[in-house]
Amino acid sequence: MSPWIAMLLPLAGAAVIPAVRASAARWIALWTSLAVLVVTIILAIGYGQWGTAMDGARSSVPWLTWLGISLDLGADPVAMLLVLLTALLVPLCAWQSFTAIMSRRREYYAWLLVLETAMLGVFLARDLVLFYVCFELTLVPMFFLIAIYGGANRMRAGIKFFIYTFTGSLIALAGLLWVAWRFSTMNGGWSFAIDDLVTFGATSLGGSEQAWVLLALLAGFAVKIPVFPLHTWLPLAHTEAPTAGSVLLAGVLLKLGTFGIYRFILPMLPEAVIVWAPTIAVLAIVGIIYAALICWVQDDMKKLVAYSSVSHLGFCVLGLVALNPIGLEGAVLYMLNHGLSTGALFFLVGMMYERYHTRDMRQIGGLAKVMPIWGGFMLFFVLSSVGLPGLNGFISEFMCLIGTFAADSSARQWPGVLGPWYAAVAATGMVLAAMYLLIMTGKVVFGPLREPEADRGELPVDLSWREIGVLTPLAALCIWIGVQPTVLIDAMEGAVVDTLGAYPSLVEELAVPPGVADAVVEEEMNLHG
Amino acid sequence: MADRIMLLVPELVLLMGAVICAVAGLAHNSAIRRRVGLVAAAFLAAAGICAVVLHDPQRGAAAGAMMPSIALYVKVMTAGIGILLVLAAGGLVDRRYERAIDTGTDQFDPLRSSNGEFHALALLSLAGLMLICGARDLIWLFLALELASLPTYVMVAISRWSRVGQEAAMKYFFLGALSSALMLYGFALLYAATGTLVLTDMANHLQVAAMAGSVPILAQVGLLLAIFGLCYKLAAAPMHLYAADVYQGAASAVTAFLAFVPKSAGIVALISLLTVVGWEGGLPPMIEMALWVVAVLTMVLGNIGALLQSSAKRMLGYSSIAHSGYLLIGVIAGGTMGLTAVMLYLVIYGISNTAAFSVLASLRNDDGEVDDVDELAGLLRRSPMSAAAMAIACGSLLGLPPLLGFWGKLALLIAGIQAGQLVLVVIAVVTSAISAWYYLRLACAGLLGEPTPRSESVTTVRRWPLAVAVITAAAAVAGPLLLAPLSASAQQAVSDGQPPLMLPSGDPSDPSA
Repeated sequence: MSPWIAMLLPLAGAAVIPAVRASAARWIALWTSLAVLVVTIILAIGYGQWGTAMDGARSSVPWLTWLGISLDLGADPVAMLLVLLTALLVPLCAWQSFTAIMSRRREYYAWLLVLETAMLGVFLARDLVLFYVCFELTLVPMFFLIAIYGGANRMRAGIKFFIYTFTGSLIALAGLLWVAWRFSTMNGGWSFAIDDLVTFGATSLGGSEQAWVLLALLAGFAVKIPVFPLHTWLPLAHTEAPTAGSVLLAGVLLKLGTFGIYRFILPMLPEAVIVWAPTIAVLAIVGIIYAALICWVQDDMKKLVAYSSVSHLGFCVLGLVALNPIGLEGAVLYMLNHGLSTGALFFLVGMMYERYHTRDMRQIGGLAKVMPIWGGFMLFFVLSSVGLPGLNGFISEFMCLIGTFAADSSARQWPGVLGPWYAAVAATGMVLAAMYLLIMTGKVVFGPLREPEADRGELPVDLSWREIGVLTPLAALCIWIGVQPTVLIDAMEGAVVDTLGAYPSLVEELAVPPGVADAVVEEEMNLHG
Repeated sequence: MADRIMLLVPELVLLMGAVICAVAGLAHNSAIRRRVGLVAAAFLAAAGICAVVLHDPQRGAAAGAMMPSIALYVKVMTAGIGILLVLAAGGLVDRRYERAIDTGTDQFDPLRSSNGEFHALALLSLAGLMLICGARDLIWLFLALELASLPTYVMVAISRWSRVGQEAAMKYFFLGALSSALMLYGFALLYAATGTLVLTDMANHLQVAAMAGSVPILAQVGLLLAIFGLCYKLAAAPMHLYAADVYQGAASAVTAFLAFVPKSAGIVALISLLTVVGWEGGLPPMIEMALWVVAVLTMVLGNIGALLQSSAKRMLGYSSIAHSGYLLIGVIAGGTMGLTAVMLYLVIYGISNTAAFSVLASLRNDDGEVDDVDELAGLLRRSPMSAAAMAIACGSLLGLPPLLGFWGKLALLIAGIQAGQLVLVVIAVVTSAISAWYYLRLACAGLLGEPTPRSESVTTVRRWPLAVAVITAAAAVAGPLLLAPLSASAQQAVSDGQPPLMLPSGDPSDPSA
């Protein structure tokens, strides 16, 4: 089945919505996104490339041929997994919003569907320009979701989010165009096919050139993830966004940055990555610890979960720059797990907020007595998020750290540029995560009951069936990944190993001090001459 | 001779249209007067069709045009966007007077009516823009440029019966005259250096000189002065200072006209002039340096200037300055890629900019023109179409994918990178990022702003501008689908832009000679 159907179906749904009654919009959004989910599941079942490094679901339409731009879709296994995550989260978001959004409903659901198209487009694009278009297009619906439906500070949050990410991705665009131009001068014609550019970058760009491109791309991707000094837009945007907006922001949009690193930076710029990986890792670790410490002193639950994203994504970045399969598989798994657990935590905070209209932990406490089902889910997803063995978070976090630990230059098969010290410092972040998340659970779920004035509207005291339905698939997946991670790891193995293929020899080459290398060359010259 | 006349048929159609509009505007029957705008649009459509039907690149080359293929593209663009611009001004001139006549409080007096003249002048100006691309020599170029600009001075003055409008017109006129003088002086120096006014001869002369050593300094200074004169038409720094005042002073529909027609005229003239020295061996360093500085200043001052505005028209005025800076990247890059990007961008900018100004033109408040950004607050509830059109226009001007503006900017950035102008590209990227701030502000005012008592008084009464805004906004959304044919024709237009090189004897670079 063509990936175009999955990508354009939400857009079609969004186009229908303005023509219907406001109360019908939510059903259209729900059914369209469910249809997309079905289509992607069919795509995934018919997808023959699991475990390989090949692209499946390819479909290409030539477009601006004089520039070598085509509308080219396709997914390697990693992208396919993220497509499935996206397709799963959107219908849940639509369903959760049934009671939360009561004004300007048509626009809301239309933007939600446009956002789905853009997110799927990023993961499916095999053409650079198409990738960039979708990458930027995610900004518009998310901006409106924040700026129209957000909290009191929504305008500022929306604009800050927009400007930060827009600026970053423009710089990334300049870097990518530079690579495309170099490709055109060497090959005599333009191409924006990601495969062409990635192969070209890895083989033909010099070290310092790669470094500049890497910095430009990082400007775009690091803002999205967000990596430590560029994270300041995130807490504001997350806190102000409506629940579904936060879920998609944390669940999918942050992954666009890490996915960009996986898709472009790792395979295209190996020499620069080896040089810059320690710096990136240090920033990631600073982010892990700094954000965790901020979480510790938060009173606002949503802000706490938002900052925990900054901290968690640090592990993901560490796994990405570990340059070994364990680390990279852990990072990809982390992208999925973070989408499930943190997405669910945002849902839970939103469900509580709909009832009590506050997220302040000083006012709320012991809700397990009033809302046992909610409390149970909360405990479950907190444990999944802190990495309790048996649930999903543990495996990915562990793999990222093992990858980092093993990534020193003396490792035999996959030498890297990090090492035990990086892993040791980053691991303190796990301890801190357990502290702040469990403290939050202790205050809000357990302890003496403190209940502010509730205004539940039509909602029952505890979770409704609809809300349970939103959370159950996420919980089921958390358990399944926790018990059976090998299915996913095997599925992405080939793609991950292929992405990292150039690294071992390059690391060995670059890790040798330059003086020694010259001596070796000289020696060889003497031998042969 | 007949061949040359055939080349000018579209312009002749517009001149005829100008006469007919001027006369029809004096008709005693108010139904005829009211339809002058439609007549003007019909003549523009006819001119566009003539340009397509009668197009023959051989004929253009035989007539000695500098860039024979560019004519088709520029003429169709002028006709197409011209129709939108004329319709956006529908019912603008003589509004109060016509209403007074309708209610019987006033009598029709041909001497007091200016609707016919207004449309005639618009057609003359558009004819001037069309003429530029067929320019054979400097006199033709100068006259065509003046034909494109002179009518706009009067259009500014009669678009609004207020002191602001008069002040804007005076400023525009005097500074315009100064810039024309500068340009003319440059042309004179070019003549002095080469001994010819014909562009192709001049190109041969200068290229032979360039191969022998360097372009004569007199010719370089001449070009430089001409470029600075043209900067006025482009509203490029340092000749941009008039733009904000004039754009604010004129009625919004006329501002849309000012932001497109003289700018396109300037760009096409600039390309013709630079083709004389050619891009192949690199522009002469002094010229390239000058253009480079102008481009950087224009992008930076335009975007920063727009940040500081609270008036929507001034903001869009500064934004149109910034867009000249982006266009100059393509001009500096030159070659097929650069000029294709410029041609593409002109159309895309024309559409997006017309959309933004048409929204403003469709609104009115108690005093007439809507000007403040705050006055747009809550527009979504009263006129969802205009609010959406404004947001789309801003997105397109900002270059937000997948709207049309993004593709234009992408083409310019690619051209800049290809020409090795990395610093320019980075500055364009950074200033674009800055521009996000004010475009977002303008777009959000209508979509998200809370209505205030002042903004409540704003109503959409003008149907024609609103229709134009909706059409152009729809084009900005759906346009990318037509990008492939559009860019193909832009490429076609500039593909033979390099002058034929006729060397006296042999090729000096050929070692065997």
